[in-house]
Amino acid sequence: MTRTATINLDKVSVGESATPRLSNVTVTFQQNELTAIIGPNGAGKSTLLKCALGLTEPDAGAISINNKALTSLSPIERARIVSYLPQMRALAWPLKVRDVVALGRFAYGGALGRLKAEDAAAVDQAIISCGLERLRDRNTDTLSGGELARVHCARAFAAQTPLLIADEPVASLDPHHQFKIMAFIKDYVTKGGGAVVVLHDLSLAASFADRLIWMKDGKINADGSPDETMTRERIQDVFDVSAEVSKRDDGALQVTMTGV
Amino acid sequence: MNDRLLLSCLGLASLAAIFAACFLGSTPMPPGRLFAAMVGAGSVGDHIVLWEIRLPRAIAAFIVGGALGLCGAALQGLLRNPLAEPGVLGVSAFSALGATLALFYGAAALSPFVLPLSAIAGALAATFFLAFAAIRNSSMVTLILIGIGLSSFAGALMALLLNLAPNPFSLSDLISWTLGSVANRSFADLALAGPFLGAGLIFIVMSGRGLTALSLGEEAAHGLGVNLRRTRMFVVIGTGLITGAAVSIAGAIGFVGIVAPHLIRPLVNHDPARTLAPAAFLGGILLVLADIGVRLIPTPSELRLGVLAALIGAPAFIWIASQRRTGS
Repeated sequence: MTRTATINLDKVSVGESATPRLSNVTVTFQQNELTAIIGPNGAGKSTLLKCALGLTEPDAGAISINNKALTSLSPIERARIVSYLPQMRALAWPLKVRDVVALGRFAYGGALGRLKAEDAAAVDQAIISCGLERLRDRNTDTLSGGELARVHCARAFAAQTPLLIADEPVASLDPHHQFKIMAFIKDYVTKGGGAVVVLHDLSLAASFADRLIWMKDGKINADGSPDETMTRERIQDVFDVSAEVSKRDDGALQVTMTGV
Repeated sequence: MNDRLLLSCLGLASLAAIFAACFLGSTPMPPGRLFAAMVGAGSVGDHIVLWEIRLPRAIAAFIVGGALGLCGAALQGLLRNPLAEPGVLGVSAFSALGATLALFYGAAALSPFVLPLSAIAGALAATFFLAFAAIRNSSMVTLILIGIGLSSFAGALMALLLNLAPNPFSLSDLISWTLGSVANRSFADLALAGPFLGAGLIFIVMSGRGLTALSLGEEAAHGLGVNLRRTRMFVVIGTGLITGAAVSIAGAIGFVGIVAPHLIRPLVNHDPARTLAPAAFLGGILLVLADIGVRLIPTPSELRLGVLAALIGAPAFIWIASQRRTGS
């Protein structure tokens, strides 16, 4: 992962001006940082990610990857720079775990069962990094939700892209798997990747993210490190809940919701 | 199972089925006479029975079954639904309607290509409509319901044509399109459909990898680098061309496209791309066997192939549907 990569959104708006899903958002995503996007339901978090990936066309504004307009990149070119973990993860067919991970190599032309050596190595590495060695020959319909989340993570890592976008990767997972998935993503960032992750758990976001983007009503409310931005006033403002923010012994921030 | 081994087995089974279809029939033809007719020796009668009746019929059944098996596998991959199939989704019915319209208004007499082209036009109209509905509505149940609506609508239009049919001759023509049969097909009929089958095949083969990626859902497939618009368009055009060509040979025959891919999928680790070719072979074999059944089952008038296919296929459809887990 020596290539540098950035995604720029410049004054991006989506939706009608009366009730915009995104309103005049300018933001840059880059490597070597784990960015968590937080905000209430309907704040525009998923829309922001979909714009960055070309899944949603903005009504105004410009999106570029590595200073090239997103629309000028072919799907393959884009997929070699940024990989995507969408929210919905149901598989249509009970593929084998290894085959799902191998799909991560799609942009490099590898067909299932006939992977080139380089692709096979990337797949094996991703399988190991997500602890799936013992599950590699299982069918995905026999896996638990946590195991399936790990498989999707491995699939995204197998692409070995400099950037990763994940929409609620830990939704509906048990605490063990929440930490595990976040640790995998953190590890990916430590190795030089850049991750943008939508999270709902503020404590999880504070302890793993290098940068928090707070969203409300289609706008960015704040953008900065957890230490700078995680305050009870902001939580009240963005989420409309009362909360206490404290510092644990290890320095990580702890958020406790106390009521509405 | 290794893909090459699977395809070799299916290829051999295909040859065996076609050979059996030449061998069996109302006029007994012992192997000795069959071989003689094959190499050009033997009596003129045997030669005609083999080369102008049984072999074209067997090959027509194989091509039509193969076409439907392939289209079923491709549509199932695109729509991520094991129940998608040209017959169930109303594509075959609209294709048959296109063909009957051409016959009904005498356009089919203008050129031999009018009939396959009208069948293809009907099939394409239905597949485009389905693809459009599938994009706007991600629910798979809705899609099947839309397909059932399309089938019923095509059926109603066909009934309207039956009502208006000017004479008994056109009436029986209409019925044979809806029931489906490969009796009395010649190599010339097959050659007419050939170019469309070939073109459709190219479209389907080019969309294979995209279908595998679509297992993860459309958004994830987009993220992997699949050109969704292109994949969707290729499958729609490919299945439209192939289903239309198959219907122009044999009329509307349902359910082959569900049963064949369903049986193949576990053998290829459920990979939609690797399902395509084996499902085509198996579809061909199944329809050749069904056509042998049609010829051997003693009924007052010969059973229609489409009728037998539906008698076997519809219960299979119900079984597969009841096996689906809810929530997807």
